[in-house]
Amino acid sequence: MTVMEQRGAYRPSPPPAWQPRTDPAPLLPDAEPYRVLGTKAAEDADPDLLRRLYAELVRGRRYNAQATALTKQGRLAVYPSSTGQEACEVAAALALQARDWLFPSYRDTLAAVARGVDPVQALTLLRGDWHTGYDPYEHRVAPLCTPLATQLPHAVGLAHAARLKGDDVVALAIVGDGGTSEGDFHEALNFAAVWQAPVVFLVQNNGFAISVPLAKQTAAPSLAHKAVGYGMPGRLVDGNDAAAVHEVLADAVRHARAGGGPTLVEAITYRVDAHTNADDATRYRQDAEVETWRGHDPIALLEHELTERGLIDEDGIRAARDAAETLAADLRARMNQDPVLDPMDLFAHVYAEPTPQLREQQAGLWAEIEAEQEGTH
Amino acid sequence: MTTVALKPATMAQALARAMRDAMAADPAVHVMGEDVGTLGGVFRVTDGLAKEFGEDRCTDTPLAEAGILGTAVGMAMYGLRPVVEMQFDAFAYPAFEQLISHVSRMRNRTRGAMPLPLTIRVPYGGGIGGVEHHCDSSEAYYMATPGLHVVTPATVADAYGLLRAAIASDDPVVFLEPKRLYWSKDAWNPEEPPAVEPIGRAVVRRSGRSATLITYGPSVPVCLEAAEAARDEGWDLEVVDLRSLVPFDDETVSASVRRTGRAVVVHESGGFGGPGGEIAARVTERCFHYLEAPVLRVAGFDIPYPPPMLERHHLPGVDRILDAVGRLQWEAES
Repeated sequence: MTVMEQRGAYRPSPPPAWQPRTDPAPLLPDAEPYRVLGTKAAEDADPDLLRRLYAELVRGRRYNAQATALTKQGRLAVYPSSTGQEACEVAAALALQARDWLFPSYRDTLAAVARGVDPVQALTLLRGDWHTGYDPYEHRVAPLCTPLATQLPHAVGLAHAARLKGDDVVALAIVGDGGTSEGDFHEALNFAAVWQAPVVFLVQNNGFAISVPLAKQTAAPSLAHKAVGYGMPGRLVDGNDAAAVHEVLADAVRHARAGGGPTLVEAITYRVDAHTNADDATRYRQDAEVETWRGHDPIALLEHELTERGLIDEDGIRAARDAAETLAADLRARMNQDPVLDPMDLFAHVYAEPTPQLREQQAGLWAEIEAEQEGTH
Repeated sequence: MTTVALKPATMAQALARAMRDAMAADPAVHVMGEDVGTLGGVFRVTDGLAKEFGEDRCTDTPLAEAGILGTAVGMAMYGLRPVVEMQFDAFAYPAFEQLISHVSRMRNRTRGAMPLPLTIRVPYGGGIGGVEHHCDSSEAYYMATPGLHVVTPATVADAYGLLRAAIASDDPVVFLEPKRLYWSKDAWNPEEPPAVEPIGRAVVRRSGRSATLITYGPSVPVCLEAAEAARDEGWDLEVVDLRSLVPFDDETVSASVRRTGRAVVVHESGGFGGPGGEIAARVTERCFHYLEAPVLRVAGFDIPYPPPMLERHHLPGVDRILDAVGRLQWEAES
């Protein structure tokens, strides 16, 4: 029956009342990235924390340089450097408690090392080996994750599970600007917000997804704005200001631990090196742009603040550099030893117990290797 | 001696009971997926779980399969045993990246430090009059991914036993539920469920001497029906129900084919690149000198799953199976 036919019987009425489910205003990021260094906020910063951040940044840069050098010597298959992004890497590690979890992407070796993972073990996969090197449970650092943004739902699930068990554990996951275009980024943020999971998402916006600039990646006002659509706060921070990144992340971690749910943090930074040692950045960006960012270098910014305020002297700076050299020397020495790989291990951990088929294949490979060795003797 | 009255139960009920018992036995077991809570699942396989264990243990998730499996990975990392429901076979595809890049290899890439005890339940296959995207046989995709166990029950008792085994497994298990057997019934006493067998063993459902039908899941009842019909032709067919596609029980399958000397593999999945090719190759490699004829396959056609009005032409039926059996070079014997 149409409305015409039931003339007189149908009385239009307004639909049930509608109102926004949350007020979006408090979720919106600030107009400018948050800064501490060179501002009044620096006066409130803990000097010990600033000195610790500085020492870690110096170590981190040396680590990146040494790892990149090792690729040229054939000791590493590939290395995605985080030079220029050390403030994000270090602050992420230092913002967490021992009981928390870090979910790094493939570029975040430094964050893992700053959290305590052995510097050589952290490079195992990049060395061309078949496993992650470190036990994820030892320092609560998930394996470095190459498929973009796919570790973000893991962070959400782990944080959710911890909360179900009554543990006040927070998970912090790192992703790049390119990774925010992936479906898993969207799904992870959505699940986190619906479940109010204690998770912090750190987007390192370093300007490029390999060669593709942010303008071709998104039309969002900022990546931090994406948080609002999921119903979580978005925060914008100067990613080269280690004190600011640490403060924003530590706040977000506290908020999550207290039951306040997830936060999305966008840190504006810059990838000074190419994507990896196999990439040629001159094909897609100007040297002048790189130079501009060198003027806003995370180490120089922090060193300037510490020196200006008399919080560090020549000896302090030298001590940080010496510690970095010690790390690099240890890395060189241990990476220059050939790793021992046993092909039989390839079958050992595919399942809890190898299937009969895998046992058969393993025996076949063993026979091949024995025959090879007999041939060479 | 007391006799227990056996009551008919459906496969869906046995699956629900398996999850219920697993959840009661181990607080780490969590069920999650689309509509699994209040509604009890679109096939009612999770009926009653949210009510009995609360929504934290049986959770309606947002509608996003990669997110469901991805968060389940994180939950497993923290010591839980998630049981994930993918609503339909073809709805599981968005989760493939999580499945292939993480679920299947996390144990391996961490040298055993981070196993993922996950069960991924996937209703699969046709024969229920479903529209497109609701009737795929996706088992070949899962079988081709190292690190996953792939199992599929064909009886009410196996539905219970295999699902308990899957949930108890420290490895990820893709648990394929034949949709058209959800309502199949069998006499079964839920208070004394059958023993839980380890994953990886096939079973001879019907003994015979003439030829072996190798099959699994939704095609098992069809093969048993074919074996009955074959008696009129003078054939005494053996039917092997694989139950586990990965690991594959070469021992049981080969033993059967060596006894009968002839084999036909039957499944709904397409033939090209389907499980039957792998199975036929394995049988040939192991039983060549016992074979009286090439191993044949009766499979779905290599087409997108057809519409409900035509699906009967696609699904392997008794006639097509008997036709294949008839082509097993019996001339040599006469």
